[in-house]
Amino acid sequence: MASNNGDVKLIGAWASPYVMRPRIALNVKSVEYEFLQEQFGSKSELLLKSNPVHKKIPVLLHNGKPICESSIIVEYIDEVWSSGPSILPSDPYDRAVARFWAAYLDEKWFPNVRAAPMAATEEAKNAAVEQLKEGLALLEGAYGEKDFFGGEKIGFIDIAFGSMLAWLRALQVMLGGVKLLDEEKTPGLCKWAAKFSADPAVKDVLPETEKIIEFAKLLVAKIKAAAASS
Amino acid sequence: MAKEIKLLGTWASPFSHRIELALKLKGLQFHYLEEDLSNKSQLLLQSNPVHRKIPVLIHNGNPISESLVIMEYIDETWQHQNPLLPKDPYARAVARFWAKFIDEKVLWTAFKAYNDKGKEQEDAIEEFSQQLKFLEGELKGKEYFGGERFGFVDIAAFFILQFLTVLQEVKEAELMTEEKYPVLFEWMEKLQGNEVVAGCLPPREKHVAYVRARRAAAEEAASKTKAA
Repeated sequence: MASNNGDVKLIGAWASPYVMRPRIALNVKSVEYEFLQEQFGSKSELLLKSNPVHKKIPVLLHNGKPICESSIIVEYIDEVWSSGPSILPSDPYDRAVARFWAAYLDEKWFPNVRAAPMAATEEAKNAAVEQLKEGLALLEGAYGEKDFFGGEKIGFIDIAFGSMLAWLRALQVMLGGVKLLDEEKTPGLCKWAAKFSADPAVKDVLPETEKIIEFAKLLVAKIKAAAASS
Repeated sequence: MAKEIKLLGTWASPFSHRIELALKLKGLQFHYLEEDLSNKSQLLLQSNPVHRKIPVLIHNGNPISESLVIMEYIDETWQHQNPLLPKDPYARAVARFWAKFIDEKVLWTAFKAYNDKGKEQEDAIEEFSQQLKFLEGELKGKEYFGGERFGFVDIAAFFILQFLTVLQEVKEAELMTEEKYPVLFEWMEKLQGNEVVAGCLPPREKHVAYVRARRAAAEEAASKTKAA
């Protein structure tokens, strides 16, 4: 089986939501791959060589050729392993909607997940939380009647958004029990989150919330130390 | 037929120019609606409630926002004329990578390189130079980013880089020069010489004057904030 798919390696790290995206996508396609985990705090030669422009994970190496940027990697996986379950919808308009939401998440929403725990003032933290809630309200609106954004099975938006679930849950705890996924305000997303987490392609990829909280503490400390010394 | 495709844009925006070019390359008739960004139309607000930005493409009443998303939509919907993206999945991934790089990194670094002051500007100038070197490296030995024919990355990159030459003229800076980036400049000239591409650009003096006025207004607003 593996030789039919070629040599597939993914450079990444277990805690990175961006890395979770191609991992889930490869699982959807039942493609086996070698997961090359970067060490926290340093970048491997292979990473620097494979992604000289950004020097960031994830990087997919397919038969030695690097593909960078998580959403681009997911589209690549969908196109190469086209006989597996499809990740993007087939209709061009639905595809545009899927890409729109993925771009929104990355450009507008996720930066607030990072900003909230790092916020220097209470005001800044509250502003980040408000932005997150607004975004979740938009996503609640975009979530339809079916189980997933992709319909009967997980698709592009599910993967783009769902990859952040562990961090979202961790953030709720870290911010002292703030409700971001709210049974009253975002009932659809709460239902979706449970289904997504239980999906066979997802369950072994999404880390436990406690592990992310531990990791986040290390990361925040590291960033604060770097800022203090510069 | 023309009413089926509407483009909401502005004459000065490189993101808007991209979509005009993509539509023209596909030989499509469309209805262009100029937006006044200080007084956004109901149609724009309804069509792009999340960002309230141009460009927005409306096809058969369905709105699509985000210029690179729109370009992919155009390419997929009108597949047969002038494909913008290559067929090979790896080549497509590479094209998407460079288009994203231009939008997310190059443009914003350039703004800082041209507009900031002090250390922030110095750092941005260094970063901008590095980014242009990457682009130059990607283009070397090829007619266009897309290979023999210009495509997705060329369309994405050309209007942004051309806009930056306008900003450069306003700021009287010399960060992007033919000496430093001969490959990029040759490519820009080639595209400028293409009638369809050039037809999507506003008259240069008008563009320079507009950017100059906006910069002046931004600088005045910034100094007022400082003084207050």
